[in-house]
Amino acid sequence: MTDVAIPLPEAAAPAKPGVIVPVRGLPIVGAVLIGVVWAIAANSAWGLTFCHVVGGGLWTAIDLFVGFIVGPIIGSMSIPARVEFSKRFMPKMLLIMPTVVTMTLAAGFQLARVNGYLDTSNPRHGWVVASFCVVGVMAVIALAYLEPANVAVLFELRKPQPDGRVIEKLMRRFIYTAGITGVMQVATLIIMTRLAS
Amino acid sequence: MSAHAHPEGGPPSLLDRRLPPVTEIGAASMISIVAGVIYLAAYLPKHAPIGVAIALLVLAAGLQLTNAVLLSRLDDFAWDRFFQVGRWALLAYAIIAGMIEYAFVYDKTRGTQLVVMTLMLALFMLNVPVLIAFTAARFQRTR
Repeated sequence: MTDVAIPLPEAAAPAKPGVIVPVRGLPIVGAVLIGVVWAIAANSAWGLTFCHVVGGGLWTAIDLFVGFIVGPIIGSMSIPARVEFSKRFMPKMLLIMPTVVTMTLAAGFQLARVNGYLDTSNPRHGWVVASFCVVGVMAVIALAYLEPANVAVLFELRKPQPDGRVIEKLMRRFIYTAGITGVMQVATLIIMTRLAS
Repeated sequence: MSAHAHPEGGPPSLLDRRLPPVTEIGAASMISIVAGVIYLAAYLPKHAPIGVAIALLVLAAGLQLTNAVLLSRLDDFAWDRFFQVGRWALLAYAIIAGMIEYAFVYDKTRGTQLVVMTLMLALFMLNVPVLIAFTAARFQRTR
């Protein structure tokens, strides 16, 4: 990284339009989803645990890292630097996040069922319901605000003359919502460690 | 709904355009869906009293219907972008909803509970693409 100012995209030579969805990543997403379906269908304790732990670990770590480390850094960047960063960062997030979330939740629900945590008489049932609530809050924030902002900023970046104000507004939304989901992930860590101990 | 004039006399900024609160209504619908699914899932594999879940389902459907009416009244809007984004988002969320439905059926959820869960999933599957497509299209100029 250097301190050299990056010119706005419109000032540069005609550039290739930014990618919205990295198509090369789709086979990996497909393979992950097939793996989750296999783990559920086979009722594999290892498969379900693997999907839940790997997916959950990635989800939590990415949310915390983006919410508390990357988000504030982006917030302090100049608009051209944000544009350059977003062009490379957002398409990857568009594939990674829905995949790790689906992997974690689908496998986690099955694990809860197999371990009897869904049974209302189970002493740990309350923690499972608490995790549903935390996931619910994160789902509303991510699906109603974060992901639409992510997609919209990618379309803005494809324009010959991106509007800096639009990018700033959408990135601010992205940073705030990532921060909130980061806080919710702390709650997830408490719940999951309570369930496992 | 029209855009405000730009102070420098250039094209009006799409940021200042006043549009109906589609995102907020969609978020409220999603809260209803999430609350309903949590309520039902908290009782699984037993059956929850279904009245509360149906009330939440009707509320979520009503909010989405309101959004549909509000969207249908927009004239100066990038509908091509809306449908382009909405189509692909719908495909992605149909796959996700399909996986969740598979888990419900696999877990032997049956009867009214399965019907309500499926309808909630269907609303979820339709709601998210609308929110993504609306946010992407609101910052696009119409040709």
